[in-house]
Amino acid sequence: MYQVGNLVKELSDKHGHARESLMPILQAIVQKHNYLTDEAMVEVARELDISAAEVYGTASFYTFLDTQVKGKYVIRVCKTITCSMKGKSDIIQSIEEMLNIKVGETTPDNQFSLIETNCIGWCHKAPAILINDLPFTELTPEKVTEIIKDYMQK
Amino acid sequence: MENKGLNKVDLIFEKIDNHEVLAKGFKMSKDEIIQEILNSGLKGRGGAGFPTGMKWKFTSEAKSPEKYIVCNADEGEPGTFKDREILDRVSNKVHGGMAIAGKAIGAKKGIVYLRGEYRYLLPKLMIELDSFHKMIKKIGYDFEIEYRLGSGAYICGEESALFESIEGKRGEPRNKPPYPTVSGVYGKPTSINNVETLVTAMMIVQHGAKNFIQYGTKDSRGSKVFSVSGDTPTPGIFELELGMTVQQFVNEFGDGDTKAVQVGGASGFCVPRKKFAETIIGFEGVPTGGSMKLFNSSRSMYNVLHNYLEFFTEESCGQCTPCRVGCQQLLKGVEKVKKGEAKSTYLNELMKLADTMKIAAKCGLGQSVGNAFKSIVGNFKEEIIY
Repeated sequence: MYQVGNLVKELSDKHGHARESLMPILQAIVQKHNYLTDEAMVEVARELDISAAEVYGTASFYTFLDTQVKGKYVIRVCKTITCSMKGKSDIIQSIEEMLNIKVGETTPDNQFSLIETNCIGWCHKAPAILINDLPFTELTPEKVTEIIKDYMQK
Repeated sequence: MENKGLNKVDLIFEKIDNHEVLAKGFKMSKDEIIQEILNSGLKGRGGAGFPTGMKWKFTSEAKSPEKYIVCNADEGEPGTFKDREILDRVSNKVHGGMAIAGKAIGAKKGIVYLRGEYRYLLPKLMIELDSFHKMIKKIGYDFEIEYRLGSGAYICGEESALFESIEGKRGEPRNKPPYPTVSGVYGKPTSINNVETLVTAMMIVQHGAKNFIQYGTKDSRGSKVFSVSGDTPTPGIFELELGMTVQQFVNEFGDGDTKAVQVGGASGFCVPRKKFAETIIGFEGVPTGGSMKLFNSSRSMYNVLHNYLEFFTEESCGQCTPCRVGCQQLLKGVEKVKKGEAKSTYLNELMKLADTMKIAAKCGLGQSVGNAFKSIVGNFKEEIIY
């Protein structure tokens, strides 16, 4: 759990207090803290003068606006057809073994979360994953192991 | 039937002097721009294929001091990745196309809705947008573009869901009418166009409709960027003239063992080998937003269908019953048939359900689930059952 502090106020001053600022504000919180806490969503509701249910309703609609604890690095493995055909399962297995977590879980030190996601637009270079915003493509179990190793040392 | 064969074209990524093309566009009256686009026969490149000139005409005729041009960069259809490449390589042409569209419809504001999966492009796009703003200021034209990001929802590629998302709400499609040309984002008249459509429109201003209609067929003018993936030795992005057959496409991109091509992504159509020669890729045959997936004979079409149905079940916004429940039941249904828990004739019931969804679902997502379902089950029944 993180303390949201002044962040929501700073963000709503930057993006504005109108309803259309909701997505940019929620996205900025997720960029910084990887997921939305209840506290953060209540705070956003207060700043924008809308009900907390509206904020939660919007946030929970979007898969990238997580309302559950997520690690510092969120690994999203594409599971749509081409990635699935080109070895997505091997990639997942490598990551699972390396981090000792299953799909949907977060490491105990809150460094990594592993999830599956729908088409991320790299079918010509399948299999592909996103780690936070960055795409990694044409993966092999060896290649993905190296990538995760780099992230572990960050 | 016209058949143009397979011809590579270089229009979308062609190097141009952006300043010169824009200066030319801004000198044209709004009616001249709209007429030129109407003459070109350009149809939307996102997949739905609505005539772009008509969309601009309707928005231009709407009476409002405030209008918007929205660029739909929420490219989520499985198998398409051309808009990412276009934004990465020629964003100046996307921004330019928006400014020309803005002139045609009377909008001073543009919004690009970029899918969250492409956020990594944003820093570069911001720099390019900044120099674009400086350039049009120099030309003396008042127009501003803003970027808004999606957050991982396929449905936000549906135009009215996209507007809802920009407005800070759940991405649930609206009832139509009113259409966006009357009431779009923030309730204002809006023309919403795909990334590639805007670039193509700009190139039509540059080269003229007369040159553009030399390419393609009567129903599918010009060329189009195709996203090629699956069982192919040459996956990637290719700009091709419209009007080729699936056979000609497979001759170029297949691995020698192609058994089916899924044209238009999960919401598109599956073309089996026996229909390659007779099927034209375009609005007279199988339309596509560019997604072309090849499957060879080692692939199980049951797995393909199952993957698509899982996709739709997860991405359905859940607002209307035909789509929410329909997707779930199609998925459960094929699983039951595969496991032998339901008779193979149960597939006929599921085909009827797919038809019902086409009529009763609120938006394009639910309406098009049946495309893949019916064309895969219809052509590969034995693979679904056994």
